[in-house]
Amino acid sequence: MSSDIRDSLRHHSTETALVTGNPTFAGVTADISAIAESKTPRAWYIAIAITGSLALMFFGLIVHLILTGLGVWGINIPVGWGFAIINFVFWVGIGHAGTLISAILFLLRQRWRTSINRFAEAMTLFAIMCAGIFPAIHVGRLWVIYWMFPLPNQMGVWPNFRSPLLWDVFAVGTYFTCSLLFWYVGLIPDLATFRDRAKTKIRRIVFGFLSLGWRGGNRHWRHYELAYLILAGISTPLVLSVHSVVSTDFSVSQLPGWHTTIFPPYFVVGAIFSGFAMVVTLAIILRKIFKLQNYITLFHLEKMNKIMLVTSLMVGYAYAIEFFIAWYSGNQYELFTFINRATGNYAWAYWIMVSCNVLIPQLFWSKKIRTSIPAMLIISLLINVGMWFERFVIVVTSLSRDFLPSSWGDYSPTIFDLGLLVGSFGLFLTLFLLFIRFFPVIAMSEVKTVIPDAEVHRER
Amino acid sequence: MDADKQGRASVMLARFENPGALLHAASELHRAGYKKYDCHSPFPIHGLDRAMGLSRSRLGYLVGLFAILGFSGAVLLQWWTHAVDYPTIISGKPYFAYPAYLPVTFALAVLLSAFAAVIGMLVFNGLPRFNHPLFSSDQFRRTTDNAFFIGVESADPLFDIEKTKLLLESLGGSDIEIISERD
Repeated sequence: MSSDIRDSLRHHSTETALVTGNPTFAGVTADISAIAESKTPRAWYIAIAITGSLALMFFGLIVHLILTGLGVWGINIPVGWGFAIINFVFWVGIGHAGTLISAILFLLRQRWRTSINRFAEAMTLFAIMCAGIFPAIHVGRLWVIYWMFPLPNQMGVWPNFRSPLLWDVFAVGTYFTCSLLFWYVGLIPDLATFRDRAKTKIRRIVFGFLSLGWRGGNRHWRHYELAYLILAGISTPLVLSVHSVVSTDFSVSQLPGWHTTIFPPYFVVGAIFSGFAMVVTLAIILRKIFKLQNYITLFHLEKMNKIMLVTSLMVGYAYAIEFFIAWYSGNQYELFTFINRATGNYAWAYWIMVSCNVLIPQLFWSKKIRTSIPAMLIISLLINVGMWFERFVIVVTSLSRDFLPSSWGDYSPTIFDLGLLVGSFGLFLTLFLLFIRFFPVIAMSEVKTVIPDAEVHRER
Repeated sequence: MDADKQGRASVMLARFENPGALLHAASELHRAGYKKYDCHSPFPIHGLDRAMGLSRSRLGYLVGLFAILGFSGAVLLQWWTHAVDYPTIISGKPYFAYPAYLPVTFALAVLLSAFAAVIGMLVFNGLPRFNHPLFSSDQFRRTTDNAFFIGVESADPLFDIEKTKLLLESLGGSDIEIISERD
């Protein structure tokens, strides 16, 4: 008991209030539920009309791709991996911040995560969905995609478990499933709140079904909390392992610029970097539209900006060390690849990457910029651009200029490549809009534990 | 009370003002020797497990078991498909190339543990359960919003309508009601 008191005292004396405006339990419920219960705002219809059209275009283009073949893309030999793989790596990376917030920050007792974890986890799910589509349609013959799974078949052969491409199937599949389970378990108490507030029969039935009959009993919370802790524990290594496995798609091959041991940590850091940029972008829009300034405070945004600053430095370090090792290894192909990245055909992409990922985030050293909403919105968007170009640089420059000049070739995307990239954003944003309209965007049951009313020893 | 005469199970529900009062009442009930009662709250309250005399959840053992199953299942799968059923030489690696099998092994261990954690939690809690006597109480709906309840089951050996009610009242419980199981 005494340690509880000390914890709460420490919490209140040194930490900024995690939720401002001093809400009560009922206030938290009302504020968050209102988003999903009030009349649908006009802006939401306009937004989903746009993103929904893009999502439809996305699926239309996929149908066209399947009916026609991979030739509709700009890929060729030697550049056999174009936008599809760039988009795949980009979207998987976006997901990582959500998992870091929900799992690692939970284990580290970073209580500020409670306001942002729910929508960050949703972002993770939708990003992995977008990511998963790209390698699936890249296989060309989608109708035999089940060959990737170890299913007995009349040919008697099995998938090759020694290939990183198959590791990917399992890593990303597991990542999606675990993220979904983690998100859903966190949602159960809040879905029960929606059930109990339901005014219409449909809401009562739907949320009654989804909340599985949750009654908030302590005999249930006991198992629930341990399940949540375990899910956080097993999701934590996933933050590190998933993008490491993705990076082995590249690093296990022998291509100059890909065949390096720095890839797993370099990819993981980049993923967290880009993911936080996306979380900040979405958080700024969310809090503005739904007036959540008391829940997603400047304090939250500033912390995330600091994480971006740190990961930006780590990404910058990786860029530098790649160059150094290319020279230090004495391997002429490696050295050529990196000089070519900075000065060759695709140098513009390289310098977009360096400016957006390393130079511009340095502005976050200034507290004024770190706490300015317009500045962080612009910077976070630029980071996302930069991180997309990082994958472009990795995929395209190495493939287009490998060993023998006779096998070099250039790559340029077609309208279908661009359409699928834009369409994937449409799908992502459509799912996100649906989520914020129908589900609790902030974890109410968790936020209630960090407001002053929740302190057990306050009254006695 | 009619319900009791017919021998049907019922729950006595009392509302408490704040988490502190709930915690205090829970520990007093525990001290009085009650076994079949539960505290309902909008969020987990720390210290309540100890106040109610509950041990740590055993979910971890189940998850550990499934992690081992996932791990060994994945190793067996990869060994059997590559070294026994259809051995092929790929990039000069041995048939049983265990370092290359690690990512899939790890993924499957994590996958099975995650399912064990979630399904185990639901099974331990007897969920999903869409019909429960407590749902017929109007005030109980506030338990997912801002109210704190203790429900004492009539099946508890110490349960006595008058005495239990007095005890709950003396601990600060209000709006006490008896909810009976409906057929």
